Amino acid sequence: MEEKSTKRVSLISIAIIFMALALSLVAFNQAMYAYMTQRDVNQGNYLLMMGVIGLSLSAYMLFQTRSRMPRFIFEPQRVSTTTSCKKCGFKNVRDFQRGDYIFKEAEACPKCSEGMMITSIYREKKPGEEE
Amino acid sequence: MVPAVSQLGPAQGDIWGWIFQLAWLMLFVFFMFYGNKIQVWNMLREVEGSLYRLRLMRDEARKIAISTLKEIGKPQGDPTPRVDQFLEYVTLLPVDLDPSGIVWKLEHLLDIRDIRFKDEVKLMAPGADETQVNNLENTLEAAMGLNLVYKVVRHFYMLGKKTMSLYVIMQVQMALPLIMQEAKALAEALRAFTYGQPIGDGAGALVAAKLMLGHEKSRIAKDVVMAKMPFEGRTAYVLKAEGPGGNVGKPGEAIKQIIEENDGKIASIIAIDAAVKLEGEKPGEVAEGVGVAIGGPGIEHFKVDETVLKHKIPVHAVIIKESIGDAYAILRKEVVDAVDIAIERIKRLVLERTKEGDSIIIAGIGNTIGIGQ
Repeated sequence: MEEKSTKRVSLISIAIIFMALALSLVAFNQAMYAYMTQRDVNQGNYLLMMGVIGLSLSAYMLFQTRSRMPRFIFEPQRVSTTTSCKKCGFKNVRDFQRGDYIFKEAEACPKCSEGMMITSIYREKKPGEEE
Repeated sequence: MVPAVSQLGPAQGDIWGWIFQLAWLMLFVFFMFYGNKIQVWNMLREVEGSLYRLRLMRDEARKIAISTLKEIGKPQGDPTPRVDQFLEYVTLLPVDLDPSGIVWKLEHLLDIRDIRFKDEVKLMAPGADETQVNNLENTLEAAMGLNLVYKVVRHFYMLGKKTMSLYVIMQVQMALPLIMQEAKALAEALRAFTYGQPIGDGAGALVAAKLMLGHEKSRIAKDVVMAKMPFEGRTAYVLKAEGPGGNVGKPGEAIKQIIEENDGKIASIIAIDAAVKLEGEKPGEVAEGVGVAIGGPGIEHFKVDETVLKHKIPVHAVIIKESIGDAYAILRKEVVDAVDIAIERIKRLVLERTKEGDSIIIAGIGNTIGIGQ
């Protein structure tokens, strides 16, 4: 199964994020004004704090909207069939074919021409697959 | 130095400062009154995303089931309406107000269900042989499971949207990760059933199949085969569901029958099954224990419990650990490798817990799809 990503962001979320972002920018501007022109450190600190809070909030919300929504698509996995010779122990690994099952009599052994048997069927581990 | 409260506000005559203060205050009041609503919107959006994925999975599963039926079953007409009817099939469980005897009522109901499902599949796929009928039935049941999951999540989503109740939507939102895990597992199973590939749940059946290979087999109970064979100086009754079609059979019934045929003279029962691992455990880990390792609705487990209690027979379990997704998905290499380890454990158990000449039962439990004998 393959996952493809698509993005879905609501307009309300975007409006709130931009409002918080705009307010933080205004707060930074006011803080600068308080520090530089009015020489009021307390007022400047207060505004700077509000700006940082607003900016953090909007950044957090923006990060949240980045959450991706995977689409699941059924895709055949790579499945291997192991056949073993009952006489000489020769082993062969090939792709799974419809109709294969474990302990089914398979084709003749290429080494000794004795009948082979399917001894295991398993899927290949997908890259990044969890334990 | 602590500033006076009056100093914290904007300076006198600072119009922009006052507007800015007011805007923050309004935002604060807005969140105070509408915070819950925003939370509900967010949760609804999250559920909506999962619901979209579930719908894709459900539709794809339905499509795969129909195309497999057409390909294998060679029906004369279009099986689509019949498949749609099948996906909506319901099973009403017996009333449990008086729980005495409920196991037999449940068994009867599940037997009827099984017969009905098989008959439906035979009607939809007249060209399929017995193995293919079993595989198609499993495919349709997986599609049915996905359809049910989708509909339940949709129910809570729509109810939450209608009532805008945080508590209604929270129920489904909190359970979503587990629901999605289960849906993903069902989708994996569907693909395996379509091709008749062995699944992780069949690990126990694979152990039994490997043990009984080359020995004469007979059918002992519904969809269960048994081989009576010498094993480490003991007489072993090795049993598993009849493969290679998708089957779990009635192992409990088979074990009961073997015990009764031997007048209760069974030294030990060893059941091997796949078990769901805890997060952090490795897939394919083999563990031992006591008890009846038979999953499912509990009917087969109950039968064994009753019989072993009557004859005081010790019951041992050998489990092969895997995740819930792996149990439904095609066998992974680690689980295949664990089969030989499990056989070694069984040999050790038999040598340590029984005497030479004893009779023992070795039962490989699980769906035997893609595993012959």
